[in-house]
Amino acid sequence: MPKRQDIEKILVIGSGPIIIGQAAEFDYSGTQACQALKEEGYQVVLANSNPATIMTDHTIADTVYMEPLTVDFLAKIIRKERPDAILPTLGGQTGLNLAIALQDSGVLEQYPTEMLGTSLDAIQLAEDREKFRQLMHHLNEPVPESEIVTSIDEALDFADQIGYPLIVRPAYTLGGTGGGMCFNETDLKEITRNGLNLSPVGQCLIERNIAGFKEIEYEVMRDHKDQAIVVCNMENIDPVGIHTGDSIVVAPSQTLSDREYQLLRNASLKIIRALKIEGGCNVQLALDPNSFDYYIIEVNPRVSRSSALASKATGYPIAKIAAKIAVGLTLDEIKNPITKTTYAAFEPALDYVVTKFPRFPFDKFTAGNRTLGTQMKATGEVMAIGRNFEEAFLKGIRSLDFNADDFYLSELTSLSDQELEDRVAQPDDQRIFVVAELFRRNYTVETLHRLTRMDSFFLNKIAKIIAFEQELQDHPLDKAYLKFAKTIGFSDAQLARITDQSEDQIYQLRKTYHVQPVYKMVDTCAAEFESATPYFYSSYECEQESKVSDREKVIVIGSGPIRIGQGIEFDYATVHSVLALKELGYEAIIMNSNPETVSTDFSVSDKLYFEPLTLEDVMHVVELEQPLGVIVQFGGQTAINLADGLQRRGVKILGTSLEAIDQAEDRDKFERMLSQLQIPQPTGESVREIEQAKEVAKKIGYPVLVRPSYVIGGSQMEIVYNDDELQHYLNKTTHIKRKHPVLIDKYLTGIEVEVDAISDGETTIIPGIMEHIERAGVHSGDSIAVYPTQRIAPDIKQQLIDTTIKIAETLKIRGLINIQFVVHHNDVYVLEVNPRASRTIPFLSKITGVTMANLATRAILGEQLQALGYQSGLLPEANYVSVKVPVFSFEKLRSVDTMLGPEMKSTGEAIGRDKTLAKALFKGLTASGLKIPFEGAVLMTVADKDKEEACTIAQRFQELGFNIYATTGTAQYLSSKNVNVQEVGKIGSDQENVLSIIEQNQVQFVVNTLTSGKKPRSDGFRIRREAVEHGIACLTSLDTATAILDVIDSTTFSAQPVVANQEVIR
Amino acid sequence: MKRDLILEDGTVFTGEALGDLNEKQGEIVFNTGMTGYQEILSDPSYCGQMVTMTYPLIGNYGINRDDFESINPSIHGLIVKEMCDQPSNFRHEMRLDTYLASKGIPAISGIDTRQLTKKIRQHGTMRAVLTGVKSAQTEAVNWSPIIKDQVKRVSTKNPYVVPGRGYRVVLVDFGMKHGILRDLTKRNCHVTVVPYWYSAQDIMALKPDGLMLTNGPGDPKHVPEAINMIKAILGRVPIFGICLGHQLLALACGANTEKMKFGHRGANHPVKDLQLNRAFLTSQNHGYAVKADSLNDTDLMLTHVAINDETVEGISHRYYSAFSVQYHPESSPGPEDTSYLFDQFITEIKANKQENKGAI
Repeated sequence: MPKRQDIEKILVIGSGPIIIGQAAEFDYSGTQACQALKEEGYQVVLANSNPATIMTDHTIADTVYMEPLTVDFLAKIIRKERPDAILPTLGGQTGLNLAIALQDSGVLEQYPTEMLGTSLDAIQLAEDREKFRQLMHHLNEPVPESEIVTSIDEALDFADQIGYPLIVRPAYTLGGTGGGMCFNETDLKEITRNGLNLSPVGQCLIERNIAGFKEIEYEVMRDHKDQAIVVCNMENIDPVGIHTGDSIVVAPSQTLSDREYQLLRNASLKIIRALKIEGGCNVQLALDPNSFDYYIIEVNPRVSRSSALASKATGYPIAKIAAKIAVGLTLDEIKNPITKTTYAAFEPALDYVVTKFPRFPFDKFTAGNRTLGTQMKATGEVMAIGRNFEEAFLKGIRSLDFNADDFYLSELTSLSDQELEDRVAQPDDQRIFVVAELFRRNYTVETLHRLTRMDSFFLNKIAKIIAFEQELQDHPLDKAYLKFAKTIGFSDAQLARITDQSEDQIYQLRKTYHVQPVYKMVDTCAAEFESATPYFYSSYECEQESKVSDREKVIVIGSGPIRIGQGIEFDYATVHSVLALKELGYEAIIMNSNPETVSTDFSVSDKLYFEPLTLEDVMHVVELEQPLGVIVQFGGQTAINLADGLQRRGVKILGTSLEAIDQAEDRDKFERMLSQLQIPQPTGESVREIEQAKEVAKKIGYPVLVRPSYVIGGSQMEIVYNDDELQHYLNKTTHIKRKHPVLIDKYLTGIEVEVDAISDGETTIIPGIMEHIERAGVHSGDSIAVYPTQRIAPDIKQQLIDTTIKIAETLKIRGLINIQFVVHHNDVYVLEVNPRASRTIPFLSKITGVTMANLATRAILGEQLQALGYQSGLLPEANYVSVKVPVFSFEKLRSVDTMLGPEMKSTGEAIGRDKTLAKALFKGLTASGLKIPFEGAVLMTVADKDKEEACTIAQRFQELGFNIYATTGTAQYLSSKNVNVQEVGKIGSDQENVLSIIEQNQVQFVVNTLTSGKKPRSDGFRIRREAVEHGIACLTSLDTATAILDVIDSTTFSAQPVVANQEVIR
Repeated sequence: MKRDLILEDGTVFTGEALGDLNEKQGEIVFNTGMTGYQEILSDPSYCGQMVTMTYPLIGNYGINRDDFESINPSIHGLIVKEMCDQPSNFRHEMRLDTYLASKGIPAISGIDTRQLTKKIRQHGTMRAVLTGVKSAQTEAVNWSPIIKDQVKRVSTKNPYVVPGRGYRVVLVDFGMKHGILRDLTKRNCHVTVVPYWYSAQDIMALKPDGLMLTNGPGDPKHVPEAINMIKAILGRVPIFGICLGHQLLALACGANTEKMKFGHRGANHPVKDLQLNRAFLTSQNHGYAVKADSLNDTDLMLTHVAINDETVEGISHRYYSAFSVQYHPESSPGPEDTSYLFDQFITEIKANKQENKGAI
């Protein structure tokens, strides 16, 4: 059936800022969809507030709006653009929710706009719990039985009907507080009683407990001819009970016989047909490991994280096909873009095993609650492909790029058996390492199956890995052993650890024995048809399928899994570098391990190697492809960290030299360089003893910034104000104990400024200078950045420019450089230099129109910026004001303190752009998810050092008509300054207290600054968490509060009396 | 223990010896299904063939008592990347390699099955030998003549009845998968299974309401007796053919068949039902196909076509109640999307009976 001719213009809604559960996968699917629609000749209008995406590039859609994703703004866009149709199924839950809200608002009727892909009815059928249950009953598809009860007797009656185990979920308590599993009547009575008390409406949902079932997902597609297919099925290694986004997943399913496979396939197809979805859909099912019984857990009537994974796992581009289906094309007429000879109406056949591992943020949030459950906590994921399970599994683990180099966590060795057993029974992010540790302690598969409910198939495989590891300890690593070890995925690093050698020694041994991998193609059809897809993975097999061309090649290293501090921005830069390389005529080869991103779309590069980003894995590709060199500066710290090893093994690092990188990252060399250049930096020293630390701090003067010397990017950095806090920091962190030096720097308050520049070593161009709203001390990634600068005087700006150029020239930068400054008492101090692509590249590229990663790539490959028409200095600044506002995922991460500081905590960013700063801020804050209230109340509880400043804020809020609540100390101070303040009691006090007014939504804002870093579970912490859990903005920086005040002030009118009635004055 | 897989073109793969350790020859093919190895190895259509599984991990859920498609498997060998030695599934009863050994089927693991698949794709199906452990690979392979009596080997020796209270169906067993029987009995049919050589007269003596022609191994032209039988029954009772049964119906109606380069074997083959104008995912296993242009001078019309390479996948007689498909609506293994064809068969039987009643 041909595509629809009755529509011309289509509005695509993106998913907005990146938060946990909604990440880069929607950039990938959105980009694909926009391109597919354009390919079919439609005019595409895109709305997305996330500047860090490829999707919002000017080349992806015809018209791009980077406005807040709210009904108001979308209505404005619809009024202006008058699209014929809207495609909401590619922007995650955000897109779907907006579609429903738009419909409810009546805009879609006022300006007739058709909903493509999935009807509103279908969205509601899938999303509304009760409607969904009814539909499933109607289809005769089982859902876990449940009932809402208001008394213990009702709960017991229900238990009599369906039996145990059961789950009790109290209604309307946050994060499932008060719920729990019941295995018998005693449990049920107690938990229900407790739950009914906790529930504000006195209700509990009692549900059949299917924790421990196998969790299986099907990615299905359907077109309007009712043709439906399964793209991929996936099996979670973690049983039901852990969110699939936090589960280790394998594709295809491994432990299902064909009957089980078809049983669940039939159910999935039945559901997509019943929902009449035209596009992609994800069905999650729970299968009893001991029978054919199954339950439908969830249906997502849209492309999802899982569909991005399924696309990369199979090669079948779900989002692209979904977009084509949405405009009327059918599966039997759309060509399979991989084979180019077959059609989209088929089900991919894999001849490899795929694993997916979640990447958790607990290396940053060490105090966070790491237990896994139904709330997703991972920020990103990695995928690995192998010809056997062990290979795919171990590749996945080494792709994670965190503190374990291989399948071994040394910190677990000191735990007792009982502690380890507890940690697999109550699984957390390290569970799979705990399983390995227990196998090392000779636990059996049966025991671990009982503890973890993971299928024995997977446990046997893991046990085998550990058994072989132990066998290697008493057997020389001869050729046969080495070959077998490599075949089952052991890395050189792992072998080095086990055999007590260096990684380079293992590498040499492999050279001697000629043990190296070949590359196999991902072709969707298990080699049944010829295909020319440039999508490869390594395996220790016979036939080499990656044919090396005679073109000049460059390898670009991606940034691996998305994590806090290394987000989608680096994928953006990677993609642009690859595109630039293609423009320049090179063969552009990409290596990455992240299935969510655009960079691992096989159509982006000339060749894609889906591989872990370790020295070993990169070397294999380098040795095969013999590239001109490797570009590491776009892949964040992951890629930069590889530079040293690559150079050691004789690989050319293209762009800024390793020496320059080292000079910027090594504290001593960096200091020497700055003093040679006579560039001021905060005074500081490196110390190894606690007493020495105190002396240095005294000398420099508090407050000081303390951090370990070997950590980059703000990790474990703190600002301390006195000896006690310093002592506490040094005790808490174990650097001194472990003889690692600690750096103590003067903490300079002032305006933080960030500069990104491109240099070819001679010409250094600065596309823009950004100023931060929050003063230095808050991590740059967590600050609101403003472009162009608003508070920087021309002479200071010139100093910033001169310093940037001087540093870039001295380091002989080829490519990008990012410098963080603080302007303190009219002096410009350098805080940090990053000789690589930074987080702000996509933001700055978009608002200045300079394609920075493209230019940088040209400079890296030897083009002269001057020849391209540039000269050193700052490019003319735009009239529009743009702000980049950080977005956090605190509501997903329990027990994580929301206090902003030198350590980055945000997961994403939103953009606001308008004629004035206040308007831009309004948009940016709105886009970040903050609802800016124009009336209401503010709760203030601030540290003594901040009281004076907080008073000004309180006065302004009051002038704007807000009520002020404050805790005792703050209230006394504010009262003394004639602020009309209502005092609230401490936590736990009976009357109206600081928590109760948050719980009862009496305040719209909380302004809270840190009293002391000593008590992580202090009252302040509880106030901040309470605010997060009630969706109330908690501002921990007075600068943010002031900025929001400015926004409210400039967009509202306050009533000011001309004559005040004196009697009313208090 | 090592063993070799030697192909007709001289390629040698060395891997681990599994299953039966004696030397065996066969025609080498590949199947792209990711599940269903138990059904595949017990599908009589594979008689005389060695099956390469393209999915690398085989045997993960073991062998169970339910999923056989015949009592005794007739494949000549199984070629896998890795055979699971610790299967896991609630129905698992026996390891795959143990089962293969018990049934005298040789197997090999640990070879680059993707490379092998590409070879088969490029060269077409060819002969292969799994050598016994002691045979020296330097010796030239002594290729035995290609077998032509596969249907005889796998068809039932004697007729038998699977009783039911519904329509009477005579099922001619050319190498029947149990799945076909399962789909008929699910629809309450009274099924009489007869050997492939049964004559039209003998069949009609059973007073059938419908005739089911099953799948089976090899070249349809090697079963001339069946072609004659079909010619004689055509028009008398509704006929439904599957796979080999489909090819035999085509030959009986004057169309022609040919050997394909490497055939269709897997669970993901899209087929378009031209009457419904819709594509369905089908389970397939065929090395021969009806020649599309040979339909021109016959009373047959093309009803189903493979989307990827336009192979004839289904035909129907213009005047008589007789239709057939090349693929497997009984699935087992594979998608169950086209089981509606069995309903169609029942509908045709019903219609035919009513028509006859009216005539009387």
